[in-house]
Formats: sequence, structure tokens, C-alpha cells
Amino acid sequence: MVPTLIGVVLLVFFLFHFFGGDPAVIIAGQGANAKQVALIQQQLGLDKPWWVQLWIFVKEVVTLNWGRSWATNEEVSHIFATRLPATLTIMVPLTLLQVLLALPLGLGVAYVRGSLTDRAVMITTTVALSISFLVYVIIGQWLFGFELGWFPVQGWSQNTGYNLIRYAPLPVFLAVCVSLAPQTRLYRTFFLDEIGHDYVRTARAKGVSEKSVMLKHVLRNAMIPILTDLGTGLPSIFIGAFLLEVFFSIPGLGREVLLAVNRSDYPVIQAFTVYLAVLTMVVNLLTDIGYKLVDPRVVLK
Amino acid sequence: MSVVSTSVATAGGEIISSRRSAGVWKQVAKRLRGDALGMASLVVVLAFVLLSLFVALGWVASGWSVESAVPYAPPDFLGPDTSPALKIEQPTGPMLDLSSVDPLAPHYADIDKRAKELATAAKPKLLTLPFGADRSGRDVLLKAIKGSEVSIFVGLAAAVVATALGTFLGALAGFFGGIVGDVLEWFYNVFTAVPGILLIFAFAAVLGRGIGTVVVILGLTGWTSVYRLLRAEYIKHSTREYVLAAQAIGTSRATRMFVHILPNVSHVILVQMSLNVVFFIKAEVILSFLGLGVPIDSVSWGTMLNEAQAELILGKWWQLVAATVFMAVFVTAFSVLTDALRDALDPKLR
Repeated sequence: MVPTLIGVVLLVFFLFHFFGGDPAVIIAGQGANAKQVALIQQQLGLDKPWWVQLWIFVKEVVTLNWGRSWATNEEVSHIFATRLPATLTIMVPLTLLQVLLALPLGLGVAYVRGSLTDRAVMITTTVALSISFLVYVIIGQWLFGFELGWFPVQGWSQNTGYNLIRYAPLPVFLAVCVSLAPQTRLYRTFFLDEIGHDYVRTARAKGVSEKSVMLKHVLRNAMIPILTDLGTGLPSIFIGAFLLEVFFSIPGLGREVLLAVNRSDYPVIQAFTVYLAVLTMVVNLLTDIGYKLVDPRVVLK
Repeated sequence: MSVVSTSVATAGGEIISSRRSAGVWKQVAKRLRGDALGMASLVVVLAFVLLSLFVALGWVASGWSVESAVPYAPPDFLGPDTSPALKIEQPTGPMLDLSSVDPLAPHYADIDKRAKELATAAKPKLLTLPFGADRSGRDVLLKAIKGSEVSIFVGLAAAVVATALGTFLGALAGFFGGIVGDVLEWFYNVFTAVPGILLIFAFAAVLGRGIGTVVVILGLTGWTSVYRLLRAEYIKHSTREYVLAAQAIGTSRATRMFVHILPNVSHVILVQMSLNVVFFIKAEVILSFLGLGVPIDSVSWGTMLNEAQAELILGKWWQLVAATVFMAVFVTAFSVLTDALRDALDPKLR
């Protein structure tokens, strides 16, 4: 974990140091003269050699002190603290619903494999997946928010509970609709892998009820790949969150990063990249511990 | 793509000799031809690629940016827009004579003469187009065709870059192992530690905008899946007998890696590359939608969707439908083709 984290820090540093524009020019703006730019360079330590700057960067990472945003002068740590709740308000219900719906559906479709239902699900998924996520959100927002008026088109309040019942349902609903088909298809393959095993045949041969075979034997064994998928998917749910937050004007982390990219606000992007890398690694660790919980045969090193 | 199309073409052109056993690619082509759905999708994909080529050569849709119709001109089958439009009242009465105070008064005759010299005949704006017009009166159908060229080019080019990079690094890591393998493995872990889209954003923040830039960004961030698989394949193949035999007769490492092993793992590369094409096209659409992709003077499916979002509220649905249909047809065909290719290439089924 530590070498990877060092690598991420190095990658972010070198990417922005050698390929990004001069931060001083970005901060100073278009009307600045050479003297002002030089002054900012001095302030940021940009006139020092790169290894000194790398050291400054490493200190920022270790002390979690990223300084202030270049665009808004807001403390980067404050940006994270205030934007995270909104992202979680969308992501937590989304992830829970996704898994809780896809699990029984996947199990059901796997059980009737080869049937018309099964084939219909597979074909629908292929076609549905080829349409961009954007299209579903554009149409969904227009239909349910604008035409039918069931939900607010966009917006957010200060109150988490109110957000959850008023502003979160539409984005969560749309995201679940879009991701349900591919998720079901994925879980179907996990279950099918297990159903093909000998222990299932043995269980059936000795007269275990179908319900018991599917729910106790197959489900438990399929939990390992499902857990892996959940673990790898958790950080990348942010991709959906990026777009949802942009569409529905939700003041979350994803929208903040996008704004930062548009404003060349390097500290925010750098901080987000490093934080999310750490999050990914922590999630991977938790997934490994989760394996142990669902499968006692797994030995953690 | 080129690999597929040539192998199919040669297999179609020759009569397979009955005595000599058919080559791997001939067998693949034969199996692919037996797959009706796969062949249909291949035709669709080739048609799109050909169309993109024609657009690139300027034969088709070169006038996509001409504002030939009135803003939001509806499709032909709907007829012209009859809703009462906002009319600007033309002032009536005689023109005010300013010549006594206007410093330009002595030049009026000259100005009129010059204006006549440079006069352009304003073409009457069309009221409808085959599939409607966008806000500036550009033909949506031509835009979608031009957008296909950009999106497909980005998808294919980025997939080539990512696959080449992933193959090269995977071959190095798998073939040499040891310190080289460890360093590359560390590199891989670093790139996969950051979620893909965030890595793309970080690269976009420093590299800027543009079609070439999008290709570079997607290529540099998308090589990891190819690397993972190719590394495993090279580890497996580097100790196989045919490679050891090649070593025994004194071939160089590079020859063994890229002349002996590479053709034997090319099916993995091909399938992975087609998966990447679909992924990259979707990524390009999202990037362009967010304004991080193709530049403003160009058009892709993503920029069309971006405009469509505001248009839908005004009830102008045609741009959304055009971009969605073009994208859905191509991506579905490509996904089906990828599945068919995988089935045709899968060594387990052989």
C-alpha cells in the first residue's frame, strides 16, 4: 500500500509539475505583468529546484494541509468537509439499492438461464448499455422533473434529511435504473459460475430444496466475486456521481473537481486524486477482510 | 479493426485448400462468418468506419457547419414551425437624416459603392431540414455524421494507443519478470489506485483540450487492462517449448517477444482493444459533454448531447435523437462484434 501511495503522489506531482501550465501565470490572471508573476512564483516556491518543491508537496500530503483553492481562496480541507455529505447522500442510497435489487434479480435470471426471460434480459442489457448514461439522465430529468413535475428538476438544501427525501430521489432513481441491467447481468454470470459446480449437483442429489440450494449454497459462494465487484466499483461510483452532481446541481465532490478542472485549480485536483487513491486502497483492504467474513476458508496474510 | 477486416477479406477471396490445415486467422474468419449476428454487426461497424473515412476526406458532411436553415428548423416530416414566433417590429416612417452631423456624410457615396462590390447574396434560410436544425440552423443529420467521425476516430485512435502501450509494457513485465516486472507492477498499481475518470480529469486539467489531447489522455490512462492480461499471457508463454526452442537456436529476446509470442497472444489483444474502443467512445462523449473533450469549433456526439439538454426543454428533440441513435447503433454493433470476435477467438472453444 505504501509504495503505491508514494507512486500516486509522485505521479500527481510530476504530471502537474512538468505538463501543467505555470501556476503563477494561472493565479496572476491575464492582466498580470512579469513582475507580479515572478512574485507569485517566489511565494509558491516555484523558483526553487523541483526536489524542494516535491518535498513541499509531500509535506502537504502528510500533514493533509493543502492550502487554499486558487480560484476561491477557500481552504481545500474545508471544501472536502462541506462537499462530502452531498456526495454521500447520493452515493449511499444508490449503492444500497443497486446491490439489494441486482442480487435477487441476478439470482432469479441465473436460475431460469437459457429461457426467454434470460435472453430478453441479456439483449436488453446490450442495447441499453450502448446508449450513453447522459441520454438517460437528460431524458429522465426532462420527463420526471420538467414534464411530469414529480420531482424538482434540480436543487439542494442545507438539511440532509430534506435532501434525502426531496432532491436525492430523482438522481438516485435514474442511476439505479441505468445500472440495474448491467449489474444484474454481471451477478448472473457470478451465480452461473457457481451453479455449474459439483457441490450444487450433490446438494440437489441429496434432496436439498431448490430454495436452500440457491440461497444457502450458491449465494454464499458467489459472495466472493460480488464483494470484489463492490470493492472495485465503490470508488468509481464517483463517475456516476460526477455526472449526477453536474446534472442536478448537487454541491458534491464530483462537481467540485470538475469546476476545479475548468478553473485549473490544481490544489483541489491534486488533493482529490491523492485522497481517492487512499480511499481505493482502504476499500481494497476492507474487501479483503470481507472475504474472510463470507468465506471462512480464506486466510488473511 | 484492420486486422479483422483484412483477415476476413483474404479468407473470402481465397479457396481454402483441403490438404493444408487452415491458419488460425482463417479458422477465425470462418467461424465469424458462421455467426450471422456477428457478420451483421461487422457490416454496420465497417459502414460507420467507411463513413468516417469519407467525412475525413471531405466527401461527406463537409458543410456541417453551414447555417442553412432557420434556428431550430423542424424535421421535414413535421413541417415548418407554425407557432407564433417572437416578431421584432420594424420601425416605419422616413429615415432620419443625420447627414448634417454625421462626420461620415461626405463618404456616403463611397461607402455605398464599396458595399455593392462586396455584396453577398443572402441565401433564404430553409424552414425545414431532413432531420431538423440546431440553435444556429445547422443540419442535425450532417452534424451527427461529422460527430461520428470525431467520436469514432477518438475511440479507435485511443484504443490503438492504449493497446500498444499496454501490450509493450505487459510484454516487458511478463517476459522479463524480476526487477523490470516489479517496477512495472508498481506502475500498474499506481495507475489503478486512482479511479479511471478522476485520472482522466487530472490529465485533462494539465493537457488542455483538443481531439489529439483526448486521444493522448484516454490512451495514457486506459492501458492498464491490456497490460494486466498481456503480462499474464507472456508469463505463461515465455516458458512454453516453442519459445525455449527459439531461444535454443539463438534468437534475440526482442524477436522471441514480438515475433514468436506476440502472434500467439494477438487474439487477447484484439478482444481487449475492441472492448477499449467502446469504453473510450463513451468516455469521449462524457468528456466532450463536460466541455473537456473536443474543441468548440468541432462536433462530437458528446457536444451534441450537451446542446440537446437545453433544447429538450424547448421541445426540440431532434438533435438528442440523432446523436443517440447514431451512437447507439455504432456502440451496439461494436459490442456485438466484440462478443462474436471473442467467441471466434476463444482458444477454449477451439
